[in-house]
Amino acid sequence: MSARDDILGRIRRATGRAEGAAVPTPAYAATTLVPARGRGTPVELVARFVAMAEEASATVDRVAAPDDVPEAVAAYLAGENLPSVAAMAPSAALGALPWERTALTLRQGAAGVDDLVSITPAAAGIAETGSLMVRSGASSPYTLNFLPDTHVVVLEASDVVGAYEDAWAEMRPDGETGAALPRTVTLITGPSRSSDIERTVTIGVHGPRRLHIVLVGKADGETT
Amino acid sequence: MVAHLDSLKFADNAARARADANLQAALSKLQRDTRLARPGIVGRLPEFEALRDRAVEIKNHTLANLDHYLETFEANLADAGGQMHWCRDASEARATILDICRKAGARTVGKGKSMVSEEIALNDHLIAAGLDVVETDLGEYILQLREETPSHLVMPAIHLKKEQIAETFRDFHTDLPADRPLEEPASMTEEARHKLREKFLAADVGITGANMLVAETGSIVVVTNEGNGDLTQTLPRVHIAIATIEKVVPRIEDALTILRILARSATGQEITCYTTTATGARRAGDPDGPEEFHLVLLDNGRTDLLDGAFRDVLRCIRCGACQSACPVYGAAGGHAYGGVYGGPIGAVLGPALAGVDKAWPLPEASSFCGNCQAVCPMRIPLPGLMRKWREVAHDRRLNKARRRIAVSLWGWAARRPGLYRFGARIGIGLLKRLGGRRGRFRSLPFASGWTAERDLPAPEGGTFIDRWKRGRKPGA
Repeated sequence: MSARDDILGRIRRATGRAEGAAVPTPAYAATTLVPARGRGTPVELVARFVAMAEEASATVDRVAAPDDVPEAVAAYLAGENLPSVAAMAPSAALGALPWERTALTLRQGAAGVDDLVSITPAAAGIAETGSLMVRSGASSPYTLNFLPDTHVVVLEASDVVGAYEDAWAEMRPDGETGAALPRTVTLITGPSRSSDIERTVTIGVHGPRRLHIVLVGKADGETT
Repeated sequence: MVAHLDSLKFADNAARARADANLQAALSKLQRDTRLARPGIVGRLPEFEALRDRAVEIKNHTLANLDHYLETFEANLADAGGQMHWCRDASEARATILDICRKAGARTVGKGKSMVSEEIALNDHLIAAGLDVVETDLGEYILQLREETPSHLVMPAIHLKKEQIAETFRDFHTDLPADRPLEEPASMTEEARHKLREKFLAADVGITGANMLVAETGSIVVVTNEGNGDLTQTLPRVHIAIATIEKVVPRIEDALTILRILARSATGQEITCYTTTATGARRAGDPDGPEEFHLVLLDNGRTDLLDGAFRDVLRCIRCGACQSACPVYGAAGGHAYGGVYGGPIGAVLGPALAGVDKAWPLPEASSFCGNCQAVCPMRIPLPGLMRKWREVAHDRRLNKARRRIAVSLWGWAARRPGLYRFGARIGIGLLKRLGGRRGRFRSLPFASGWTAERDLPAPEGGTFIDRWKRGRKPGA
């Protein structure tokens, strides 16, 4: 007997189920248990997203419009005394920004081991924990999120949602499964860290040492 | 070769651990910090208790229909270009993984943290076959250099002082200047980052565990703080994930519910830095990611636990909260348990994985204080399950004859209430008289285990039943 049939057979005997027997929809599935902090007006959610991201040691910069992004990124890198050379995700939206207003040297593509700074988009910001949702794909190479020392993420304020479920609903509007999903969907919450040595929190283990979020535009209803 | 201590010698192992001042300092700090931090961590999320209840419902439903969800997972994974390998036991899993590595022409294997890989002693097997296997989690990397095993589920190197780790780095990283600074965790982390970068890039195969499998999408969920899990599953040409059968959940929403209690229970974080849901192999047009994805699905004794009371332990999400909260773990440390899993979860899983004849002392090592059950996010009745193992050990005559006779005698008397009350009255009267004016014993036959470290108070004021009949509360 194959290991597969053996294991499934043992499971069915232990649970008293016949092969192919229907599975009742569990009662709990009728409701989604989203914490209250994942709910609120767009203004509240953006404020919570920023506060939670900063609590997780990310930095957040707010700009009014997409055209302001390049100068804000250049100013951040200069202010932190970081290189003005970056690997950028090959996304059309990022590529269309007026980078020529800055002295940054950009290359679009996946990250190499020598890249010190990356600039990527995010699919969503999630207020409940200040997390970013990033997806892999042709316009958003996965390695850009992990190899460089400094990860700069450009996020539209209108893409900030309340809860994980809200971000996932955008990621799979038609309930995508298997190959219809991106290979990876990652929630990033602050820079890489470890407390494996005497439980002392140390930032920047294998992933980025810095996570900088440039939040573009206002939340719906935001005045100042 | 990493050798475990003998679970049968738990008492000796624990006594040695008690004499290790470094270990005792680390464990006390862990337990004190965890205890003080918990109210804040739990209080911050008012829905925490409701989320725990929901997580229990999710797992109970999944385990009751496990065959369905594993088959659903398999079909969706295949759709995403992943390959599933069913393995009954450790030796099948080891052979399967080595075979994948050989077919990939692998020389270097990068590894993310995986307790299941510890369970099947994977590293030794791959190294014996000539592969260069590198643990990439900082704690696990340190342990691999020192040829030690993890002593806590989420803080594997909790038993080590930073000075010991610095010494290890100086011993092994001999290509680096001898006078480089290695005093603080930050400088050591920096050095490990530097050394492990080379390995990430050299790895032909990446092996990770999986915190969850999502049936409806065919995805694995891997959580890390360091980012090593992501580099391990992305840079090599082949990614192998190992998971045991109870890791599956039905839907993405179910995984999200469990994520809300996992990090909170493990480290007190809201969520870990990186939570990656990966589905199959690299897509057409993807500029990076593994060309092959393999999921090695392992039983290794889980189907034996599925039938009966021990099914509850299959809800475990390996957060380590029971270890951080357990006074026995806090005194003995993880290694004393002599298996892959220490602490209360190890006391329940150990006899199942190693055989009750080889691990029966582990469930004996509990005062049944209930801390583990109180903090377990999945509400596993750990003390109750330890008690069940004690019954098995008793019935199979594994524990000491003296203990067995005493328990049998007590059981015989307890089933005869009149006799029991009479005996209790006599015994209490005797102890009261012998205790004299001092009211306590410095030593007593058959109770040296207690009186070696403290006095035994002599009973006062008659038996509980006598006092109850007189309408007085005990102690009044």
